[in-house]
Amino acid sequence: MAKKEYAFYPGCSSQLKASASNYLVSVNSMCEKLDIKMTEIPDWNCCGASVGYGEGGELPRLAISARNFALAEQHLPGQDVVATCAACWLASRETIERLDASAELMKETNEALAAAGLTYRGQVQARHMVEVLIDDLGYEELAKPVSNPLEGLKIAGYVGCQTNRPFGIAGESFENPMYLDKLVETLGAESLPKYEQKVTCCGGALAFSEPDKSQKQIRDIVESAYDHGADLIVTPCPLCQANVEVYQSEINKKQGTKFAMPVTYYSQLMTVAYGGTHKEAGLDGHIIAPGKLEEIAAKGGKK
Amino acid sequence: MSDLNTQAVERYRNNFLKEVEENVEEGHWVKMCMQCGVCSGSCPFGPHWEHPPQEIFMMIRAGKRDEVLASDSMWMCTSCYNCIVRCPRKLPITHIMHGLANYAHRLGIAPKGQPTREFAKLFWDNMMKKGRVNEMKLTIGHYFRNGIGAGIKEAMAMKDVGLGMLKAKRLNPMELAGGHGLKDLKGFHAMVAKAKEIEDRKKGFVK
Ligand code: SF4
Ligand code: SF4
Repeated sequence: MAKKEYAFYPGCSSQLKASASNYLVSVNSMCEKLDIKMTEIPDWNCCGASVGYGEGGELPRLAISARNFALAEQHLPGQDVVATCAACWLASRETIERLDASAELMKETNEALAAAGLTYRGQVQARHMVEVLIDDLGYEELAKPVSNPLEGLKIAGYVGCQTNRPFGIAGESFENPMYLDKLVETLGAESLPKYEQKVTCCGGALAFSEPDKSQKQIRDIVESAYDHGADLIVTPCPLCQANVEVYQSEINKKQGTKFAMPVTYYSQLMTVAYGGTHKEAGLDGHIIAPGKLEEIAAKGGKK
Repeated sequence: MSDLNTQAVERYRNNFLKEVEENVEEGHWVKMCMQCGVCSGSCPFGPHWEHPPQEIFMMIRAGKRDEVLASDSMWMCTSCYNCIVRCPRKLPITHIMHGLANYAHRLGIAPKGQPTREFAKLFWDNMMKKGRVNEMKLTIGHYFRNGIGAGIKEAMAMKDVGLGMLKAKRLNPMELAGGHGLKDLKGFHAMVAKAKEIEDRKKGFVK
């Protein structure tokens, strides 16, 4: 039996052939090495993300998150819901908070759920994958499977917004969270704790609707990583990952910069450090190839 | 459309604060603001907010209904949550901004063509089709929102990004034909419709 079991809420961006599909691949590999069993919530739906409010309003948004919880309670009783996407986690946490605080909203949400033949009893905890790693396993446990340490890599830990605020990881500060740096060190790489842009907003969903304003943010995030001598950036958020990686070519085109800073997920670093292959770590899913990480993977990964 | 707005104006007369408290998500918090200005210094798109959050709260209390609801400002919110963790009065500022934007959108008086307003609608509609977001259709829908000519121009400008994503298997053209969807789509739709009905009734959005 696996050491830990969770109800998995992968979210839209992590689905097969979606923008963060390589995140999912690496999360699966990482969980396997750590003996964590993730069972997908059957028939889960989108969380509404951070722009859902515009058209969706409040109750429809609460209802869609509550539907996932109702399904988890029904099919995976007693298991915490674990999201890998920052926005999914945030929407879930907010829904729990809102419903716990208001009997009226809870009643109305259940009235809506009844139309889908479901009930939410209010027993679900929603957690981010990173919380599971740090709180349930701990750095010591995470260090154990390291067989291919990421020696010589300098990594800027870009935490971003939504895995950090308003809930964050227990014990971390909002302005200077250290968990990515600690994780990087745990894997044998060099962290850059002075990286100033670690909690800067990448523009989020507005990278699409307000590209110029967002690209200014992204430029700062990438530039500071270069200033600190980073080989790559690591992040826990699929939207941060996509925004910071894919818009570098746009910024180069418009502003004459020569950015080519790889941006990876923590789960990819962990998979490589645990002896996983290029493919198991989802390293084939990048537009800017993380060259130095690929070299390390080639050394340690059994082909 | 605008009859919803007229109805709301008639119902609340000159009490915009009350209107916000009753109809805007987390609007009951507005009166707790002590005007310290911390939130206004926190927005990533700060210079682009004509009225930063603190000012919006002041304007609500001053009854500046049209200026607030027709403002482009709330649509500048990136949901970064900087403000929430800094506000000494613990106002859920992010949610109030979202709530105001949604309220103005529902009343039909939010700025027309505001890109985030349009993207938000596109996103929600895309999600409602299958219960999950289809990123390929969302991307194409976004670039073609201003018609085919503008769309081709914009999509061409972004073609390197798009091609890169295709090569990295992170955007899938097959999604256009179908894509991921829920098994119980019917139940999902009935549930969202019910939630909307309850909310509309509470907020007086009944035609
Ligand atoms: S930080 Fe809080 S109290 Fe200060 S102006 Fe903003 S909302 Fe008001
Ligand atoms: S969440 Fe929105 S309102 Fe708050 S600081 Fe960020 S952009 Fe400004």
